[in-house]
Amino acid sequence: MKALVAVKRVVDANVKVRVKPDNSGVDLTNVKMSINPFCEIAVEEAVRLKEKGTVSEIVVVSIGPKEAQEQIRSSMALGADRGILVEADDSQLGALEVAKILKGVVEAEQPQLILLGKQAIDDDSNQVGQMLGALLGAGQGTFASEVKVEGDKVQVTREIDGGLQTVELGLPAIITTDLRLNEPRYAALPNIMKARKKPLDTKSPADYGVSPATKLKTVKVEAPAERKAGVQVKSVDELVEKLKNEAKVI
Amino acid sequence: MSILVIAEHDNKALNAATLNVVAAAQKIGGDITVLVAGSGAQAVADQAAKVAGVSKVLLADDAAYANQLAENVAKLVASLSGYTHILAASTTTGKNVLPRAAALLDVSMITDIIAVEGPKTFKRPIYAGNAIATVESGESVVVATVRGTAFDAVANDGGSAAVEAAASTGDAGISKFVSEEIVKSERPELTAARIVVSGGRGVGSGENYHTVLDPLADKLGAAQGASRAAVDAGFVPNDMQVGQTGKIVAPELYIAVGISGAIQHLAGMKESKVIVAINKDEEAPINAVADYWLVGDLNTVVPELVSKI
Repeated sequence: MKALVAVKRVVDANVKVRVKPDNSGVDLTNVKMSINPFCEIAVEEAVRLKEKGTVSEIVVVSIGPKEAQEQIRSSMALGADRGILVEADDSQLGALEVAKILKGVVEAEQPQLILLGKQAIDDDSNQVGQMLGALLGAGQGTFASEVKVEGDKVQVTREIDGGLQTVELGLPAIITTDLRLNEPRYAALPNIMKARKKPLDTKSPADYGVSPATKLKTVKVEAPAERKAGVQVKSVDELVEKLKNEAKVI
Repeated sequence: MSILVIAEHDNKALNAATLNVVAAAQKIGGDITVLVAGSGAQAVADQAAKVAGVSKVLLADDAAYANQLAENVAKLVASLSGYTHILAASTTTGKNVLPRAAALLDVSMITDIIAVEGPKTFKRPIYAGNAIATVESGESVVVATVRGTAFDAVANDGGSAAVEAAASTGDAGISKFVSEEIVKSERPELTAARIVVSGGRGVGSGENYHTVLDPLADKLGAAQGASRAAVDAGFVPNDMQVGQTGKIVAPELYIAVGISGAIQHLAGMKESKVIVAINKDEEAPINAVADYWLVGDLNTVVPELVSKI
């Protein structure tokens, strides 16, 4: 079966971002960009399913600026076969628009499994997979920590607040990955070289009949309130004293 | 304004997270209806009817809603028209169901609101809480999840709303519940606890996590949490993870033991009122957000702390 994996180019997880002085957004000039960690887990899961013989072809799609090609190439270096870049201005795209574009890609490619990360670490929305499920009328296995394909069904173990839940979905199914699903591999140099030769198509939102104009307007972006500087205590006695008499929390 | 709040529950009892969502709904202002979608959930509807500020409770009772499958509940939510706002808690259930309902309604959604600035304007954290965005919705229906720790819960009594039956939209037939493994604990629920004691990689092992931290949590009546490192190392189950990808907590007191304080962990706890860090590393980033930090070996410091409080 064919698997489609959606990946997003985001600021690297280890970067401490700064809000722009004019409060229009976060300053991303000269900041290291990477593949969203949850998306990387989705790619890894697809590659493992291919290694098991369940999946025959992996198509990676990214929606964003031209530079998102780098993230598609990294996914190919991990084992994806083909890439599609839907070139669009990120700032105009909300989760709903992304889901609508992905619906167009799914209809063109007809994958049986659609893998996404559970959330992008920049906007922290945690919406696209669920929205895509609704638009396609497909079942969703969100926050997956285990995926088992059995015939024309897939069993997904999900991380929920109280523990774990397992659901069974018909195909095609949407799966969004949690951190514990797997540990992504590193791309070996020969695979990075090979990835450069793999096919990569460029499309636009209009090719899928979507106008990328979110109805959510970001009015301003601010830095969070700073915590007032704390103090180092020298002993347990001092800590207990402070908690009892100064902070009055115990 | 007419606001629909989706109740969080286990078919027996109303989850306290719903009380924080009702509080956010009150800030928006307008009639508040609570939807209880479940199976054999009359008791939940009765509890929801007593919640302060609720004017109506809709009970959709059908086996299809027993396990809150998103495919079935989202279909139900999207079938209920006439609301200007649809809200749910930012729990794994709310996050699973609500975006699906929003897409069925063809509207954009706002995740994790932490403040109501106006009927259509909200604040929410982005970049793991390192920036706060003010977002205005241009949609006819505002669909949003609410970060519970950002709103004080309303009282769970004093209300007297009428309970009405809502028509079931049935089973969508594309998903099936198989099983559930719920972690049992006598301790307070992590996201609602007044005090949280969390352990990180520094506690060394699962055994040591319990030997060292259980007595402290017991003494303080605290919930227990963990960093991702402690969960990945297998010390404790994943539902105890605090952070960007785990739970967001904002207790009165958060005690971080053997946690370095990565950006992703801080995203889940830096709104706590008082933060205490116990770490052997003087340079640990957690110290920058801690109100009090103590440098020392947690294996001696924590037992000493237990004996002195």
